[in-house]
Amino acid sequence: MVTDLNSAIWNTLAAFLTFCIFSFLYKDNPFYKIAEHIVVGVSAGYFAVLLYWDGLVPKLWDPIVKQGKWYYLIPGLLGVMMLTRFSKRLSWISRFSISFYMGIATGVAVPLYIQNYVIRQLSSTMLPVHFKNPTGFFNLLIVIGVLCALIYFFFSKEHKGAMGSAAKVGIWTLMIGFGAGFGLTVMGRVSLLIDRVIFLKNYFTSIFGHIL
Amino acid sequence: MSFYEKLMKLDRRWIYLTVAIAVVIPVLVPFKVPVYVTPEAKAVYDFVENTKSGEIIFLAIDYDPNAMAELQPMARAIMRQAFSKNVKLLISALSQNGPGMAEQLISQISKEYNKKNGVDYVYLGYKPYFGIVILAMGQNFRIPFPADYYGTPLDSLPMMDGVRNYDDVKGIISIVGGNIAEAWINYANGRYKAKVFMGVTGVMTADYYPFLQSGQLSGLLGGLKGASEYERLAKQEGVATEGMSIQTIAHIVVIGFIVLGNVGFFMSKRKKSKENI
Repeated sequence: MVTDLNSAIWNTLAAFLTFCIFSFLYKDNPFYKIAEHIVVGVSAGYFAVLLYWDGLVPKLWDPIVKQGKWYYLIPGLLGVMMLTRFSKRLSWISRFSISFYMGIATGVAVPLYIQNYVIRQLSSTMLPVHFKNPTGFFNLLIVIGVLCALIYFFFSKEHKGAMGSAAKVGIWTLMIGFGAGFGLTVMGRVSLLIDRVIFLKNYFTSIFGHIL
Repeated sequence: MSFYEKLMKLDRRWIYLTVAIAVVIPVLVPFKVPVYVTPEAKAVYDFVENTKSGEIIFLAIDYDPNAMAELQPMARAIMRQAFSKNVKLLISALSQNGPGMAEQLISQISKEYNKKNGVDYVYLGYKPYFGIVILAMGQNFRIPFPADYYGTPLDSLPMMDGVRNYDDVKGIISIVGGNIAEAWINYANGRYKAKVFMGVTGVMTADYYPFLQSGQLSGLLGGLKGASEYERLAKQEGVATEGMSIQTIAHIVVIGFIVLGNVGFFMSKRKKSKENI
């Protein structure tokens, strides 16, 4: 924590900004705004510098200037064409770059997404159902839950009778899923608060520990 | 105005204050709560534990400082466990605001275990467009990262001798706080069949259990609870373990408010329906 003057200054600033952010819980105020703008500004600045040194220089400048790979000018040009978005008259030029990028992204992602997010997930719900051990029973719950949740999203037939009952089970399955998600979200948010409170405790202990 | 109606109109700042008190008191008066270890957390621990000395694990520190509270304890515990067993680490940081933070962590833990850069670990750093980077690393780590974070060419680092792609590492552990998780599952596991383990934030945890069940993930650490499980298994009690007792009190308070809110809602609804009759 605070070991020298340098760390004392930075930790004091961090503690001050933590209080600035927490002050929003009472009401919006200039201290909160200052902290918020610092976060946005620092993040944008950091990312811009990072992109320059980890993207532009090694992936475009060095290959062209140091290695003489002139064909790297083509992706460079596509990048420059993206900037025409800022002009109403010339923005049509950026469509070439966007379509090139979309084409590659779609070609790479779509087959893999279908394989990993649809087929693999489908196959993992086709489970052996039995009552020899708890796993077989839990498999049954998964199968019923998936089928009923899918029925809930089947809108071509009115949700009445057996269809209505299955849709109701589907809603309950979804609610249980949302409940788990909500519980974990609460845990995540409280974790952030805990981290800040522990930081403040350590900060005050290291600054005023010898007095207390 | 009845008590229940007052309850429904309670200023939310009272809730914030109560939660703050519920968090501050256990920080000042610490106590311990038992931590139950889940099989998915144990799978991550066992993977590192069963990796032999000299073998390489790919550790992806894919989070920004805003997810540090939940994910840094996991990354720290995994790095300490790996270094204590002389397991080598190949580390990347594919989240845009994370590379500096990851470098700080790596230099701190490597000093603790007297580990050398290039010999015991290699820090690749950051490259934009994580999906493309993950795909390219499946062919050769040198495609997206010709040099490490410090600018040293990978070919001149002793640890990288004969290490080309995911086939040459025992598995991948991604400590991740965003949609980079999808890319690891989709590309590293889906395309290259690499073994992927994950540590995710609490908010993400529920979304990634289906991938655990389908076998696309081999282990999962969920939020601060997952981190505390790992700290317990690795016998490295730290911030996550300390946080569990505080978390317990905060959760009791939140549950209390949910119950009160529901009681208020149903009672005022009942009162209204009585008035209508």
